[in-house]
Amino acid sequence: MIKNITLGQYLPGSSIIHRADPRTKIIITVLFMVVLFIVSSIWALLAAFACVAGVFLISGISFKYAIRGMKPVLFIIVFTMILNMFFTDGTVLIRLGPVRITEEGLILAAVVSMRVFLLIASASIMTYTTTPITLTDGIEKLMNPLKKVKFPVHEMAMMMTIALRFIPTLIDETDKIMKAQAARGADIGSGNLLQRAKSFIPVLIPLFVSSFRRADELAIAMEARCYRGSEGRTSMRVLKFNRNDVAIFSFFCIICAGILLIHYLI
Amino acid sequence: MDNIIIAKNISYTYMKGSPLEKKALDDVSLTMKKGEFAAIIGHTGSGKSTLIQHLNGLLKPDSGELVVAGLETAGRDLKELRKKVGIVFQYPEHQLFEETVYKDIEFGLLKQNIPDEERARRIKETASILELSESILQKSPYEISGGQKRRAAIAGVLVLEPEILVLDEPAAGLDPAGTRELFDIVTQLYREKQITVILVSHSMELVGDYASRIIVMNEGRISHDGTPSEIFGLGDELEKIGLGTPQISKLMARLSSFYPGLRKDVFTVGDAQRAIMEYMRAGK
Repeated sequence: MIKNITLGQYLPGSSIIHRADPRTKIIITVLFMVVLFIVSSIWALLAAFACVAGVFLISGISFKYAIRGMKPVLFIIVFTMILNMFFTDGTVLIRLGPVRITEEGLILAAVVSMRVFLLIASASIMTYTTTPITLTDGIEKLMNPLKKVKFPVHEMAMMMTIALRFIPTLIDETDKIMKAQAARGADIGSGNLLQRAKSFIPVLIPLFVSSFRRADELAIAMEARCYRGSEGRTSMRVLKFNRNDVAIFSFFCIICAGILLIHYLI
Repeated sequence: MDNIIIAKNISYTYMKGSPLEKKALDDVSLTMKKGEFAAIIGHTGSGKSTLIQHLNGLLKPDSGELVVAGLETAGRDLKELRKKVGIVFQYPEHQLFEETVYKDIEFGLLKQNIPDEERARRIKETASILELSESILQKSPYEISGGQKRRAAIAGVLVLEPEILVLDEPAAGLDPAGTRELFDIVTQLYREKQITVILVSHSMELVGDYASRIIVMNEGRISHDGTPSEIFGLGDELEKIGLGTPQISKLMARLSSFYPGLRKDVFTVGDAQRAIMEYMRAGK
């Protein structure tokens, strides 16, 4: 039932993108998002779109799978598109009573929806090709300078690791409980808003209870293995930039420059 | 007797179209008669759980046809289907959520709009079958013992008076006494109410003791289907797919190599006792 959410799941593979250092991927994703916000011409966004599609090809993730994973956010994209289409002033193209569509509105709708789509797609490339554990490793390393100002970087990263680690477990658990309650005749997620909210109680309460139980068990297991935070801890996997990362990074810079050029010239 | 379950070539694949795609059921055909006590055995990942989730329409076959209690599971009338098929999942106590055990058992009945008096009667009856006392019924499901929780959760399914009762590893995590107790209750229900029972388990001992038909699943297919003596007679073949025969059967097989003429097709301790007694009397 709930298992169809595939956005953000890691898909095993051995492409150059899978093998890249997580820090490279994080930095590139963030920079790419910045670029997406800078450019506002449709041509530049189309170029960015082509690049994202290219990266998907290289990473070996099927388009069909990626698009299906994006279904849940499609609603947001369509919503922003409609808002922009109908509520932008400018040269009127079509008028139907109080509803009017302007040229500027159409362009803005296209730009905004493309931007949202690309933001999600580029972030999902990162999560599709990186295991949650390496991802948090990367984040921890990137945030290391913050330790100077007494920011609990390691603890944050540990929390993220645990949270990510338990997402699939919780999804499984939710699925199981939903099925068990459905087998007893519960209609989950139907009826009006109030009924719908109420129908989730038989799922949420057992889920909460089991989450607390799990958290407690995990805490005991960690203490039993003498876990006590970051002081003097070493890492099993040591992250290292290599030639591969340099190549990816330079290639990415060229692409960004190209997109920005298109934006400023056209 | 009528066929209460008719499955024709059903297949099911998880995460279809993704790299994580997994075929869980592969062309499974099966018929089951009303009033049977059948067991489905197979190692983890053999498709047992997927198969039982098809029985009340929680999953729908990708291809093939499945008719349960006269209803197409791919049809629209899931409510009616779920009234007829009660599934007790693994660790059912994890689904308890109400303030009191009584209210939790009542949950399914309220969803079916059963009138007040009928509801009270059914809960009382089910509670007495499962030996849940009045004081337990008024407690929170989070403050009773593990065995009581299990029985309370099972009561929540039994109270709906299903025609087909499916139990997925009902004994997991229970002590031997609790397991016996639970199975005696199920057998008693089976006899009194003439329901169809499907038991999913990998405990050969339990299966041999209670079921009259065993369906063996392996890699999404039904590899064997027969009476316990037929299935356990396979011996090595079962071992090959990661299942064993009951320990008592192994013992009897060994014994019969020393004492020719001793019956080998034995899979419960009681039968073994009888077989040995018979052998000894015949020897005199």
